[in-house]
Amino acid sequence: MHQESEIRKPLIVGNKSYKDITDDIIRPVQGKANKYWWIVFTLAAVTFTWGLVCLCYTIGTGIGVWGSNNGVDWAWDITNFVWWIGIGHAGTLISAVLLLFRQKWRMAINRSAEAMTIFAVMCAAIFVTMHTGRPWLDYWLFPLPNQFGSLWINFNSPLVWDVFAVSTYFSVSLVFWYTGLIPDFATIRDRMTKPLARKIYSLLSFGWSGRAKDWTRFEEVALVLAGLSTPLVFSVHSIVSTDFATAVLPGWHATIFPPYFVAGAVFSGFAMVQTLILIMRKVFSLESYIQVKHVEYMNIVIIITGTLVGVAYLTELFMSWYSGVEWEQYAFINRATGPYWWAYALMMTCNVVSPQLFWFKKIRTSLVFTFILSIVVNIGMWFERFVIIVPTLCRTYLPSTWNMYHPTFVDIGIFVGTIGMFFTFFLLFARFFPVIAQSELKSILKLSGSEYKNKPGHE
Amino acid sequence: MNKITLHGIYDDDQQLKEGAIKIVGMGIHVKEVFSPFPVHGIDPIIGVKRTRLAICAFIYGLTGMSLATWMMWYMMVTDWPTEIGGKPNFSYLLNVPAFIPITFESTVLCAAHGMAITFFLRSWLMPGVKAKNPDPRTTDNKFLMLLEINQGDQSKVEAALRETGASEIHVC
Repeated sequence: MHQESEIRKPLIVGNKSYKDITDDIIRPVQGKANKYWWIVFTLAAVTFTWGLVCLCYTIGTGIGVWGSNNGVDWAWDITNFVWWIGIGHAGTLISAVLLLFRQKWRMAINRSAEAMTIFAVMCAAIFVTMHTGRPWLDYWLFPLPNQFGSLWINFNSPLVWDVFAVSTYFSVSLVFWYTGLIPDFATIRDRMTKPLARKIYSLLSFGWSGRAKDWTRFEEVALVLAGLSTPLVFSVHSIVSTDFATAVLPGWHATIFPPYFVAGAVFSGFAMVQTLILIMRKVFSLESYIQVKHVEYMNIVIIITGTLVGVAYLTELFMSWYSGVEWEQYAFINRATGPYWWAYALMMTCNVVSPQLFWFKKIRTSLVFTFILSIVVNIGMWFERFVIIVPTLCRTYLPSTWNMYHPTFVDIGIFVGTIGMFFTFFLLFARFFPVIAQSELKSILKLSGSEYKNKPGHE
Repeated sequence: MNKITLHGIYDDDQQLKEGAIKIVGMGIHVKEVFSPFPVHGIDPIIGVKRTRLAICAFIYGLTGMSLATWMMWYMMVTDWPTEIGGKPNFSYLLNVPAFIPITFESTVLCAAHGMAITFFLRSWLMPGVKAKNPDPRTTDNKFLMLLEINQGDQSKVEAALRETGASEIHVC
């Protein structure tokens, strides 16, 4: 059996038994939603609906209703796409990479982080499907036999790689998440008294019975899916970065992009996990399972990835000077001092300076500070993508194409709408799904539960 | 001789394992074990073999890789070679760096989905299937050992179960 060092703090406090874990995690599913849930849900659903209205307007009229123009032909659409897909990365990182590293603390947060991944990728998908302009022709992105002289899609293009990467990422994350949910749905099924709820959870649980052989297979599937998802998550954001890096545009054409984007994605994703987890643990009283220690671990990941992102920013600046290429140098001078200097300054402050505050133990163990900084980081990461896209495109090779970008109400509406959609789905998830992988938590109770840990001579 | 089904219910996974060792030591086959979470180390005791799902995943992955390679070779090099951005189109080998991302994604896609589908089929998990756990508490906090024994052995087995800490014993 695994042994855990005595000096490590227990991951489950409050002398919980197996039954307590079930009760604590199933309670929100069995009970009724409270007033706050309804208020936040209504707010999110209204915002989502507004986003849908703006989407319909865009489809009906065309993407001319956006602020994108002749020079700045990628703007909020791709900014939002990269932002959302980056947020999704933390879920896979927590569930896959930390599983491979045998980090038991991930068990309290992996379920909700994976749910976040799925909803974030759905939001991202809206922007990529819409930015093509004629979303009803998006099936052209797939290698389908056709009547245009059997002209195939261009497999040399990173935009096509993106199609494969994002769809693989979404579907594999969904399967990973759902497979993990099956035993927990079975627990709910066996405890539900109302016949309709029983029926629904029975369907969702796929008839799971918890036989020894099923568990062996289940663990093997989780391990192999983690092994597959780990390179997958790195490949997805590397491929997203090649959307820029393979374009021969000063400011974009850089080999540093893949690692820099992956670090940024993990950075913003962990910040979003913090935002959600801090609210969730309070609302559902999950303090025994999601402790300050968990939050602190995630803050450490935020310092590391935030610093990596900072190093990448400085490397970019250094390389543009060191290259001696005037175009390259101008691109960066323009970013820092051009018309969008404020966005650059905001990005630098939020992403490079603010996470450094987590070096202080008082700050990284303070839940209020963590919550505020998690939002600051996500604002910063949104501006990072904006800075890469808009200031670059508004000052390209031909000065006659130089112009500014102003978002319209539709741009703002769709973006805010996806935030509404994200929270609508997350709230529904929190209400009807087990938010913590309770079968996994039970397996570490004896190893890292406070009651067992403090007993002398425990195994 | 008449066969009877016996459910030995434990509250603790360690006791369950001890019980299983004892029962198997008596020469009785443990038909099934139902537990709320994976009990590590129970498989060799009750004779559950290591799953071969990972091998399946590897084969599915190879299939995905071959499919992607064939697809891009056929579409970009053979069927309609197109000169794009000066990248060579007449040879798969020269163009292969640009094909790596999709080859990789396709490998992962087929391996992951193939494996998950195989798991669902082998364990017969799908919507509408009726759960087979005899006691609903085995998805909560109880560990159930399912035994099929000769009626003559009943008292001996029950004693062994109780001795190792079984909290309930049901005869069906």
